[in-house]
Amino acid sequence: MTTPALPRRRARFHWRAHVVLLLTLIVMIYPLVWLVGASFKPENLIFTTVNPLPFQFTVANYLSGWTATGTSFSVYLANSATVSICVVVGNLVSCSMAAYAFARLDFALRRVWFALMLGTLMLPFQATLIPQYTIFYQLNWINTFLPLVVPYLLAYDAFFIFLMVQFIRGIPRELDEAAALDGAGQLRVFLTITVPLLRPALITTGVLTFIWTFNDFLRQLVYLSDNSRYTVPLGLNSFIDKASGSSYGGMLAMSVVTLVPTVAVFLISQRRLVDGVANTGIK
Amino acid sequence: MPENTVAAPAAVPVPPPPEAPVRVHKRKRHKHNLAGYGFIAPWLIGVFGFTLIPMVYSLYLSLTKFSLLAAPQWTGFDNYVNLLHDQRYLQAVKVTLIYVLTSVPLKLALALLVAVALNRGLAALGFYRSVFYLPSLLGASVAVSVMWRQIFSQQGLLNEFLSWFGIRGADWIGDPRYALWTLVLLSGWQFGTPMLIFLAGLKQLPQELYEAAALDGAGRFRVFFTITLPLLSPMVFFNLVLETINAFQTFTPAFVVSSGTGGPIDSTLLYTLYLYLKGFGSLQMGYASAMAWVLFLVIGAFTAVYFWSARRWVNYAE
Repeated sequence: MTTPALPRRRARFHWRAHVVLLLTLIVMIYPLVWLVGASFKPENLIFTTVNPLPFQFTVANYLSGWTATGTSFSVYLANSATVSICVVVGNLVSCSMAAYAFARLDFALRRVWFALMLGTLMLPFQATLIPQYTIFYQLNWINTFLPLVVPYLLAYDAFFIFLMVQFIRGIPRELDEAAALDGAGQLRVFLTITVPLLRPALITTGVLTFIWTFNDFLRQLVYLSDNSRYTVPLGLNSFIDKASGSSYGGMLAMSVVTLVPTVAVFLISQRRLVDGVANTGIK
Repeated sequence: MPENTVAAPAAVPVPPPPEAPVRVHKRKRHKHNLAGYGFIAPWLIGVFGFTLIPMVYSLYLSLTKFSLLAAPQWTGFDNYVNLLHDQRYLQAVKVTLIYVLTSVPLKLALALLVAVALNRGLAALGFYRSVFYLPSLLGASVAVSVMWRQIFSQQGLLNEFLSWFGIRGADWIGDPRYALWTLVLLSGWQFGTPMLIFLAGLKQLPQELYEAAALDGAGRFRVFFTITLPLLSPMVFFNLVLETINAFQTFTPAFVVSSGTGGPIDSTLLYTLYLYLKGFGSLQMGYASAMAWVLFLVIGAFTAVYFWSARRWVNYAE
């Protein structure tokens, strides 16, 4: 059916498309490359050149930056890891449970609760920030990780419920029904049939939750006040306050450190993640 | 086969229709009441404890003077009235509207352009997709905001580059005329997520239409505006809603780039930053609650307008 003209036009377009895309890509990624390069340069050379490659390679910035705020960055990293991992586990368990119920079970008021869940998707989190803070304040939870973790044990992030409902609806019901005929209860069906098939959505959820929590700033800024409880974004932020002008090298080095976990998780999961995010827009 | 139905939050609020509408008149028996409530119990507790009750509490607080340390004092609508006379607040509203109305179109336009360019069966598609997506994962971090400061500061990367051509660049971060635009650019830099969604949508478009258009000799621009864009409108809609809601909530870059002040002279005072300064800086929590409620209503209004206008421009296939 294709006319002979089509393939030729396409071939020419490809070549130009690659040039344009590569240029765009270089412009976009350049700052990140520069950041990494600059973090390995001696302090006095950081701003004298656009060249990202350090001609005089040094790790001095990392050594000085690691402890420059008075608390070691290892502490910040450990705190961030604790919070992020708890939130990931919480989201995976509580959101998949709710999603299973919404997608598969027939219970009273289901539609009401489902509509409410969708409504919370549009709620800006600032709307609940202050009342939540006062509640946690009364519970004496300020300056602990609890305000950052507990909501997520209770499926606070409805986006992931929504994502999983969409996914479960795509799984053939026959499998559930066959298991139910064999006498399996809902919990068995959920654990042995839905959860294994839900794996792609669980991976998307886990990875996005980890990255978002690891990089979340406002909540952590509000709830954590003690340097030893600080997470990575707060550690970096206090660095900016302290360094202001004096130690750019250390600040850039620690910026690189805080980006490493995100990039690592991304590289490990990229294929799955990219597909998962692409499908959030499509039923 | 082409199914372009969008999964925008409220576009699919209806679960597959069961037998009859759930009007509890004659008691309908549901098969899984126990299991159903068992499975949603965590969410149900969460939604009441962390969303619904706090929302009501916040509404109450917004009608009081409250500093956290003493009990709230009822002041009626004073907070809301004061908002209208607070010059800094009005500035924050202005800055935020400019930010939302420029950064969202910029981000979506870039996402669409790159998605269309990628959707040609290019070699190395996977590589491009991943690299273009990466900034939207990193973008919200403090580290990237730090990096942005270094690019646009007086002795930053950009000015260094411009000096090759003999151009003396401005102090982009320190000059109130430019500071906000560096934030808009940072948002544009993160076009990866909508790009992925557009790309997935483009893959589902029926090839026959394109072949027919090619036979008719339609140029690339015409094909884009008469075929691609209308067919893609559900994805445009979905991204528009999502990105608008996100843009209204932007905090980190404004905080980091301005060292937490919203400066220079309040030119980067995004709404959420001002809310933070009021609520947690000067502990005016009643006032900040009123601000939060206004934000909630404004986002609701924007979303409502989008949904209302969707009938005119969103093409829900067949």
